[in-house]
Amino acid sequence: MLSGADILIRSLQEENVEHVFGYPGGAVLHIYDALFKQNRIQHLLVRHEQAATHMADGYARATGRPGVVLVTSGPGATNAITGIATAYMDSIPMVIISGQVQSHLIGTDSFQETDMVGISRPIVKHSFLVKSAEDIAEAIKKAFYIATTGRPGPVVVDIPKDITNPMDLVPFEYPEQLTMRSYNPATRGHPRQIKKAVAMMMAAERPMIYAGGGVIQGNASEQLSRLTRMLGFPVTLTLMGLGAFPGTDKQFLGMLGMHGTFEANNAMHHCDLLLAIGARFDDRVTNTISKFCPHASIIHVDIDPASISKNVVADVPIVGPVEWVLNEMLTEVDAKLPERTDKQQRMLKEWWAQIEGWRRQECLKVVPSKDGKTIKPQQVIQALYRHTEGKAIVTSDVGQHQMFAAQYYAFDKPRKWINSGGLGTMGFGLPAAMGIQIAYPQEQVVCVTGEGSIQMNIQELSTCSQYGLPIKIINVNNRALGMVKQWQDMQYEGRHSHSYMDSLPDFIGLAEAYGHVGFQVTELSQLDDVLERALAMTDRLVFVDVLVDPEEHVYPMHVAPNGSMRDMWLKKGVRT
Amino acid sequence: MRRIVSLLLENESGALSRVIGLFAQRGYNIETLTVAPTEDRTLSRLTLTTQASDDQIEQITKQLNKLIEVVKLVDLTEGEHVERELMLIKVRAGPERAEVKRTADIFRGQIVDVSPDTYTIQLAGTSEKLDAFIRALAVTAVLEVVRTGVSGVSRGDRILAI
Repeated sequence: MLSGADILIRSLQEENVEHVFGYPGGAVLHIYDALFKQNRIQHLLVRHEQAATHMADGYARATGRPGVVLVTSGPGATNAITGIATAYMDSIPMVIISGQVQSHLIGTDSFQETDMVGISRPIVKHSFLVKSAEDIAEAIKKAFYIATTGRPGPVVVDIPKDITNPMDLVPFEYPEQLTMRSYNPATRGHPRQIKKAVAMMMAAERPMIYAGGGVIQGNASEQLSRLTRMLGFPVTLTLMGLGAFPGTDKQFLGMLGMHGTFEANNAMHHCDLLLAIGARFDDRVTNTISKFCPHASIIHVDIDPASISKNVVADVPIVGPVEWVLNEMLTEVDAKLPERTDKQQRMLKEWWAQIEGWRRQECLKVVPSKDGKTIKPQQVIQALYRHTEGKAIVTSDVGQHQMFAAQYYAFDKPRKWINSGGLGTMGFGLPAAMGIQIAYPQEQVVCVTGEGSIQMNIQELSTCSQYGLPIKIINVNNRALGMVKQWQDMQYEGRHSHSYMDSLPDFIGLAEAYGHVGFQVTELSQLDDVLERALAMTDRLVFVDVLVDPEEHVYPMHVAPNGSMRDMWLKKGVRT
Repeated sequence: MRRIVSLLLENESGALSRVIGLFAQRGYNIETLTVAPTEDRTLSRLTLTTQASDDQIEQITKQLNKLIEVVKLVDLTEGEHVERELMLIKVRAGPERAEVKRTADIFRGQIVDVSPDTYTIQLAGTSEKLDAFIRALAVTAVLEVVRTGVSGVSRGDRILAI
């Protein structure tokens, strides 16, 4: 016989949970007491519940295992909302346990009461309001199952305080099997569709592979790489997919989309066959939908049937786990490859020649500042790449620095690039890095951020002190909300309405106040030296504040509205 | 085009709000909605009507199917089906009582409540029939209209069951 609180903890242990990110409060006191009395699960105390969700999220993205969050009712629950929405938009497996007021007080506007199931409903994969201690184990079992299978996502489990009361004991048995008649995610793709798709690949003259975060979530990077190499096709990745195929490989054309490369976006526009894998044709990828890939037949592989033909109609839809589908494709391609005619080989060669022409544009070439001193933000990422040898796990916040990191840090492996793509949550980078560092204490974890984003969760520097997390924060400081300012420059005649940060803190002093190390870089000549010193301090959090050129824009950039994939600004005032 | 989507839903608290929330969240409209438990108490049958193009209805049904508590669903308008809506309508029944009674008879409506000044008429049928009846009652004043929304079932052997 166990209390509801003990049942919850035991259930988490049964799910092999090692870390819980959270913040205590009235409605979860029984649960926190149960946590205190055991030592299999480590709880990490944040300074704001939003950070707990981002920590769990970063943990999940880097490890592939579900992140677990524990927050109290009312403000604890509402503070978690941004992080839950962030995970939802990027399909991250997460279980959020929120305390709720006592059952008899629900609906009475009692202290710290909020309808968490209601508030979170549009941003969760599913949610439970548990009604009795006897139901806790099954709810947890279901929550983990739902969060981690099919298209992953966050699941909220709302638990009223009274059912965790240590005085009320009920029998505990963790369910071994689950039967859910209304939830049966696809476990395989349709073989005939796969055959059809491969036949189209064999016949294509200007093929293109476009892969996204689903390949990473679905642990299919290996298969994607093999398929791409076997076929000899060009491949592009979405912001969420970076690392799913080696970023340094010649077959990789770079990221596509709004800030994608000239070659990737052009190849998309001109291809006659598009193989979309674990990507969802987001508006930041497609530009104007009606002008998207006008010549292409589209094969779309995704675990979520609702993602297929949502924005762009697929000619060959394949619903299934990416890994399974790609394995089948590999077998089929292997069998059909010898049948590829000389003509097709020649066409593919011509297609590559065309792509190499686009590549010669060198759209990501960095022009150093004329004075030789001012640091370009791109140079910061390039230097970071050199000094980490491309091996760091890099998180980012949201804005220009995020795009520069995506463009200039070539990720060769999956789960190394961690950022909020769908929701675009400023304040994500630092706590995500913390969650990753918890999961991988020995790995080099770098948070690329900006002076706007970092201030959205800067209080977590305190959490980093508490747990000794040696994250390296690279603050690409342009004294402006760079992406907002860029849009104002381009679309609002340079009226910088509230995009300036004119009362910035002394970040070095701030880092030091929390017990960390801070360095500032003001000139290009210092950059390498400081980065080297910072990265060498493997047991300390180092905050590197790099003052960069505030005038820099992110290019290429899609021309919008009404542009196609190939319509891009290449630099200030220069467009295709 | 008008669609009738009928679904089997886990009979759990919160399940209905997920269905309705989905429509609000994704900008779909609900014209009518009716829901009640089935012979299996663990299941509710929910029927809704909406205006949607072919592409839209495909998205709607896919998104509905993604909801964990939706067990099964069918777009009844895809095939032959029977649909019914029930209406209770309260009308002024003064000097025009006889005419109102005759109209109700023609539409096979039943007068289920009578007072010196009013009739309450019960009428079942397609939504168009109910609309037509309301128009036919122009001779008198309509005081109150209560409609259940559409329920429906496929014709023949096709069934929606688990």
